[in-house]
Amino acid sequence: MSSYLLDIQNLSVEVEGTVILENINLSIPYSESYVLFGPNGSGKSTLLKAIMGFPSYKVVNGKIIFDGKDITNLPTSERVRMGISIAYQHPPEIKGIKLIDIFKFCLKKKPEEDLEPEHYELIDKLKLRSFLNRNINVGFSGGERKRSEIVQMLLLKPKLILLDEPDSGVDIESLRLISQEIQKYITETGSSALIVTHQGEILNHITTGRACVLLDSTIHCYKNSQEIFNTIKDVGFAKCIECQERGVKIND
Amino acid sequence: MIKPKDAKLTSLRDLPHEILKSIAETGVIENENERSASFLHMDQTTVYDKINEMFQDQIIMMDTKEALKKFDWLEQYRWKLVDPDKDEFTKKVADDWSGGYFFWIQKGAKITFPLQSCLLITENRLEQRVHNIIIADEGSEAHIITGCVQHADVDKADHIGISEIYVKDNAELHFSMIHHWSENTLVRPRSAIEVGNNAIFISNYLSLHPVKNMQMYPTAFNNGVNSKSSFNSIIFADKQSMVDIGSKVILNGEGSSADIISRGISKRKSKIYARGKLVANTPHCKGHLECLGLLLGGETMMAAIPELEVNVEGAELSHEAAVGKIADEEIQYLMTRGLSEEEATSAIIRGFMDTRILGLPKDLAAEVNQYMYEMDFGA
Repeated sequence: MSSYLLDIQNLSVEVEGTVILENINLSIPYSESYVLFGPNGSGKSTLLKAIMGFPSYKVVNGKIIFDGKDITNLPTSERVRMGISIAYQHPPEIKGIKLIDIFKFCLKKKPEEDLEPEHYELIDKLKLRSFLNRNINVGFSGGERKRSEIVQMLLLKPKLILLDEPDSGVDIESLRLISQEIQKYITETGSSALIVTHQGEILNHITTGRACVLLDSTIHCYKNSQEIFNTIKDVGFAKCIECQERGVKIND
Repeated sequence: MIKPKDAKLTSLRDLPHEILKSIAETGVIENENERSASFLHMDQTTVYDKINEMFQDQIIMMDTKEALKKFDWLEQYRWKLVDPDKDEFTKKVADDWSGGYFFWIQKGAKITFPLQSCLLITENRLEQRVHNIIIADEGSEAHIITGCVQHADVDKADHIGISEIYVKDNAELHFSMIHHWSENTLVRPRSAIEVGNNAIFISNYLSLHPVKNMQMYPTAFNNGVNSKSSFNSIIFADKQSMVDIGSKVILNGEGSSADIISRGISKRKSKIYARGKLVANTPHCKGHLECLGLLLGGETMMAAIPELEVNVEGAELSHEAAVGKIADEEIQYLMTRGLSEEEATSAIIRGFMDTRILGLPKDLAAEVNQYMYEMDFGA
């Protein structure tokens, strides 16, 4: 059996006829958190959505292996069942569906069933008790949305967590709260994570190992996440392109 | 000439099980302890009317024909709000009819349990013609549930119902109507409501079953000072249903107000025309109209037709309308929480048809939600 929880091989993804990702190779071992950097529009969110299996993100080449199984052609709900969970950067508003409803979906509970005390504990920790009967995301602030995303994600008890820009558009208190819960979950369960970040702020709160940079539809290099982030902060993504041109191999 | 049959019931429990089940879906229940009064007009005959002992002095209820014989003054209330020459359907009822319900909520009575009334069709190819009159007398409060149901064995039928509703000064009347027709039923309700000083009229309408052709446009006359009307409706049109439904409020009384809220879902070659009209005839009145529609699949249609007519300066009328399909993004989002595509679609539809916009009594709301939970929305 492979030592990787997620093993993406030669993956190319098309959205509405345009190739967004080309020949992506990315392997995340069990119990490790990886960071994904990349400039705007490089396809970071597309990669997460392709891993989730959204129908409009068409895999035209390559495959995705999760926990030893080829999931390339599985529907989203099946991938969720197997243990992949995503926290959105911009979750949609849905009128008529309350926050409590969506928590029940995550827990496979019927509408008339109540949550368990441990669930309320998590909800209270992330300060969402007073939002339970509100329509999902309608009128929620940036921080409230992130907190609700993390509760949903954790209720699903995933093996792999995908975080799409958890540190953008969020107040510092909310970021501290969500990071604490994510780190606690990762430490307790030995789950893996793939974290997309622009600001890099999340790296101050969550222990991450390697990082990769998505540029020109392809993943370029892996290295220590903090080191890469510092380079990007100082000189931008140009250095990554340089490395690529020099032929620096991944997993150095 | 329509002749009633000689077939009275001693209790709603005398009805066959399958009828009890389908009328329960419309809020008409056999446990009469939870209702203040029960009325049943089956085909062309009023077969049951009974007032709960707790409310004997507070409600007068009987067949409209009987009531007209008993109360001379009632004739003034008949064909006062609805014009008998309005169309071919009103003319038919003016010409010959089988009865209907007469509810008179007594002055100052606070009826804590809903009154229930059922208009039932069990006879194939019947044209049911009824005339209902409701008087909520001064200062009274009541909630009437009326279920219109067609027995499953009936292939084809027509229902024509005239309803004239009077909400007197300081009274509050909630009127919840649930329709359960079938793919071969023609339905023509003709209703009008007069709302007095400081009086409130709230109409809730729900139709979750296919209907061949349904057209109605009830009108409320907010004649009283500070009178208030609300019309809330949820329509699920399936299997080539043709539904043309609207609500109209004429704001005549100073300080009067109105809300019209509707949700329509059109599926499998169905068509919905959702109309709404607010007319302001007095300077200090307010009204809002909200009409949202969802199309499920191709070959469906919904037209939202809101109208505002302001005849005086100082009135505040507004409307919003939107018709579209379910956003893929919303379905995908719910799928990332473990729902299948179908489950996600159904959840969004149930949310869209948010029954909380209808102020239904608790037991009825639970019944409706349970029913909607089991409904197959697969697009």
